[in-house]
Amino acid sequence: MSDRVIAPFEGFGLGLRPPHYADFLDHEIPVDFVEVISENFMVRGGRPLYILDAVRERHPVAMHGVSMSIGSADGVKPDYLRRLKTLVDRVDPLWVSDHLCWTGLEGFNSHDLLPLPYTEEALAVVCANINRVQDVLERPILLENPSSYLTFADDEMTEHGFMARMCEATGCFLLLDINNIYVSGTNHGFDPATYIAGVPVDRVRQMHLAGHSQGRDLLIDTHDQPVPDPVWALYDLACQRFGPVATMIERDDDIPPLGELLTELDIARARAGRLECAA
Amino acid sequence: MSLLAIQRGLRDHILANQSGQSEGVSARGAAGLAVYRHAYRAQLVACLRDTFEQTWSWLGDDGFDAAALSHIVAHPPCGWTLDAYGEDFPETLTGLYPDDPEVAELAWLDWSLRRAFDGPDADPITPEALAEVDWESAVLTLPPTLTIGEVITNSAAIWGALTGGEAPPAVERLPAPAAIRVWRQGLSPQYRSIDAFERQALAMALDGYTFARLCEQLGGPDDAERTVARVGGLLGTWLQDGLVCSAG
Repeated sequence: MSDRVIAPFEGFGLGLRPPHYADFLDHEIPVDFVEVISENFMVRGGRPLYILDAVRERHPVAMHGVSMSIGSADGVKPDYLRRLKTLVDRVDPLWVSDHLCWTGLEGFNSHDLLPLPYTEEALAVVCANINRVQDVLERPILLENPSSYLTFADDEMTEHGFMARMCEATGCFLLLDINNIYVSGTNHGFDPATYIAGVPVDRVRQMHLAGHSQGRDLLIDTHDQPVPDPVWALYDLACQRFGPVATMIERDDDIPPLGELLTELDIARARAGRLECAA
Repeated sequence: MSLLAIQRGLRDHILANQSGQSEGVSARGAAGLAVYRHAYRAQLVACLRDTFEQTWSWLGDDGFDAAALSHIVAHPPCGWTLDAYGEDFPETLTGLYPDDPEVAELAWLDWSLRRAFDGPDADPITPEALAEVDWESAVLTLPPTLTIGEVITNSAAIWGALTGGEAPPAVERLPAPAAIRVWRQGLSPQYRSIDAFERQALAMALDGYTFARLCEQLGGPDDAERTVARVGGLLGTWLQDGLVCSAG
């Protein structure tokens, strides 16, 4: 892995989603960076790459993936890594992130972010996979805490404890999804504040803010709502602990006009700024 | 329990779509397992609806979703990108609708246009670039997004009406089998119905025939002039459609 540096603070950004492509191409949008879903642009040509190149001329870009499957017992797929590296070389992103999860195994791909048991064995597998990815991409990556809906009988440590050791062993960084902490905390009965207190301060390089929905039995990470009050309150707590960290509003369904998301992003700016001033 | 065993168990549980326990999951995991089982299918159905939008429109929600769920059981996804999921959905539809060939034809058109959308880029040449071409030895290079499908119904007209939000025409069998070519011109995926003559000409061009040999093979022994004129007309259409990337 190269010693490429990821700056501690890159400002406030939004996810680039198809309903907003024209806004980003035709207007100056007041964001410090945009985050793209890597897989949407790991294509051979056409409009997706045209749009990406045009947006990249105006804004720094962070790449966020959903298919790395960093926790697969049978490793990260070489073809996926090759294609990801090609996109990394094209974009020169601020950073590359994916999720602490597994998506597929032995030729099957669920296209869902499936949970990992937090065991010593899983930690070794994840760390080996991270090292391989970082070697190929020649940069440290960020991994995001997932929302989860079940836990495992053999769990040997907390999720934040797992992530702390993962960072220590591999030099990777964290994308802390505040909504996911809230969702998983509610679903599994842990205290989100304790979770945040256990995350290593110097490893967090990005935070996601999003909304969720109440399912029949569990909270579901739907990204189809504005950021709710309990998530904002957790964000305040995270800002107090981690200081200025790049923050993004993540919306993937029922996507509102861009102006609404920019207003939500202004709230994040204000809350983070207020806490910074108070510090 | 090993990570591999846990992951195999969860994979098999999701694929089987049966309530119950998955080995290694904590005792309170039933509700969570239901979330993952549901999310897997919901995401794939949504993916197929998105890719096969006009087929979905033609079959309606219930018919399409039943076909999609049947496909998901028979063809679990194996690629890392959802974009690749659905390549064999037209085949599934052929099996499910053996007496309605327009269904699979619509699905083929949906799929091919989606693939052309983000397929490799190519730069078509202008008619002026043909001024110096030696037609005896010239080979035409066609865009990498070009694909050709055989049709026996008026599926292209149905697809066009559905896309335009118009009432689709009734299904009709064509008087003779024909074809549709799909490609991307600039950033826009395109399709056009073609006759058997153009179909054969494109197949030969794709096979690397020289332009002279292509004309020779397409025409009978007595109508060489007529064939050259006809192929010349095709060449004009191809140039206009951005289908010729080089000739030399």
